[in-house]
Amino acid sequence: MRSSLVGGRERMVLVNTNSFNHYSEIGDPVSQAKIYQAQAADELIFLDLDANRHNSGEVLVDVIRRAAKEIFMPFTVGGGVKDLDRIRELLLNGADKISINTAALEQRELISKAADCFGSQCIVVSIDFAKRIRNNEYRVFVRGGTVETKWDPVSWAIKVEQLGAGEILLTSIDLDGSQKGLDIEMTRRVSEAVSIPVITSGGCGKAIHFVEGFQKGGADAVAAGTFFSHKDQNPMQTRAQILNSGIPIRVHT
Amino acid sequence: MVGLIDYGMGNLHSVFNALELIGSDVEICSSPESLKDKDRFILPGVGAFRDCINNLEERGFSQALDELVLEEKRPILGICMGMQVMANRGFEGGEYAGLGWIEGNVVPIRRMNTRLKIPHVGWNSLDRHADDTLLKGLPENADVYFVHSYYMNCKNKLDVIATCEYGEPLTAAVHRENIFGTQFHPEKSQDYGLRILENFVRWNN
Repeated sequence: MRSSLVGGRERMVLVNTNSFNHYSEIGDPVSQAKIYQAQAADELIFLDLDANRHNSGEVLVDVIRRAAKEIFMPFTVGGGVKDLDRIRELLLNGADKISINTAALEQRELISKAADCFGSQCIVVSIDFAKRIRNNEYRVFVRGGTVETKWDPVSWAIKVEQLGAGEILLTSIDLDGSQKGLDIEMTRRVSEAVSIPVITSGGCGKAIHFVEGFQKGGADAVAAGTFFSHKDQNPMQTRAQILNSGIPIRVHT
Repeated sequence: MVGLIDYGMGNLHSVFNALELIGSDVEICSSPESLKDKDRFILPGVGAFRDCINNLEERGFSQALDELVLEEKRPILGICMGMQVMANRGFEGGEYAGLGWIEGNVVPIRRMNTRLKIPHVGWNSLDRHADDTLLKGLPENADVYFVHSYYMNCKNKLDVIATCEYGEPLTAAVHRENIFGTQFHPEKSQDYGLRILENFVRWNN
C-alpha cells in the first residue's frame, strides 16, 4: 500500500510493485481484501510502503480498523514498525501479526522484546533480499529495498529465529512483480536453515510457481500480490491447482 | 447479550466485529460487575498463560466467573489462551494454576518430527470426536485457523469434541456442560468460524 491524496485527505491505496519500484495503483485495500476473502485466501499481508513519509501513524491504523470490520481471516501488518507501542496499537486495532523489517536490523533487541511481550507467533520478520550484480552474492536490504546490509539472507534468518521471530516473510526484490517465478534456491536455503515457518514471495506469475515454492523451495506458505491483481487468477483457482499437484491445502471454504 | 471479557489480553476487536456481523448483541466487559447482566460470555486471549491468569485474578474476573459459570451455569466460550486458562495448570515458562474448569494441563506441542514447525500457525482441519452443537453445520474436516505453541492435554477424553493432527492429535475444541473452548480462532476462520460463534450464541442448555 502507498499513501495517496484523495480529495485533499491522505489515505492508503493498494499498489503493485516491480522490483520495489514502478508502482501501479490497484484500488482501495479494504475492498480488495474483501474480494480476497470471498476467494478464500488463507491470510492477507498489509504492507505500508510509505510508512516513513506519513505525518501520522493514523493512516495505516485507519485501514486496519476498517479491514478488521470486514474480514474474518488472519492478517499481518507491517511498514515502519519501530517500537512496542506501535506493535500494540496495530494488534489492538485488529492485526494478528506484525511484520518488522528495517527496525529488526537496526535495533535487534526489538525482535526479542516484541516476542516476549506479545508472543513469537505474532512477530514476523520480513527479509527483503537481492543478488548483488558485482559478485552474485545475496544480501539483505532494508528501507524498502534501498539500503544494502552486510547480512546474507540465510544468516539473518537464523539470527532472527534465535532472537524470537515466529515467522519469516522472505521477498526477492529482483523478482518482485516479474511474474517469472520465485527464487526457489534462496527459499530452500532459508527454509532448511530455520525451524519457524517461512512465507516466500516475489515473482509468482503462474499457479505452478506456487507449487514450486512448496515442493522445491520447502516453503510453508507462498504470498503473491501482482499475480492476484493483474490476471484472471484468484486464490480459489490457485488453491485447486496446488491441490492437483498433490500438496495438502484446504479446499472447503 | 454476550459479554466479551476485556482483561487486557489480546484481540478484542476481531471477536467483537465477528459477533456484530452475525447479529449478536455484544458488550465489552472491563469489570467483573459488568458481567452480571450478560447471559453468556466469551473469553478471548492472546499472550502467555501466566499473564492471562494473573490478569484474570487481579481484576477480579476469576472469582466472578467461578460464580457465574460454575454455579449459575451461564455459557462461556474460551478462545485460544482463553480456553487454555480453563485448565488446571499451565506449563508455559513455569508452572501456573489455571481456572480449573476443564481437567487437564497446558503443555508444549511436542516436535514429533523435524518438519513440524512450532508455533503451529495456520489452517488445519478438525477431526470431530462428537456430534457437538458447537460444530453443527460444519462439514467433516472443516479447516480452521490456529496459532499456538502449547495445547490443552485433557484428562477426560469426553470433554474433547475435536482435535487437529499436528504430529499427534492436539485438542482443538472442548465442551463440558456450559463451558466451551476452541484452541483455534473462530473469529479468523472465515465462514466456518462465524458459524461456530453463531452456534455458541444460540446454544441453550
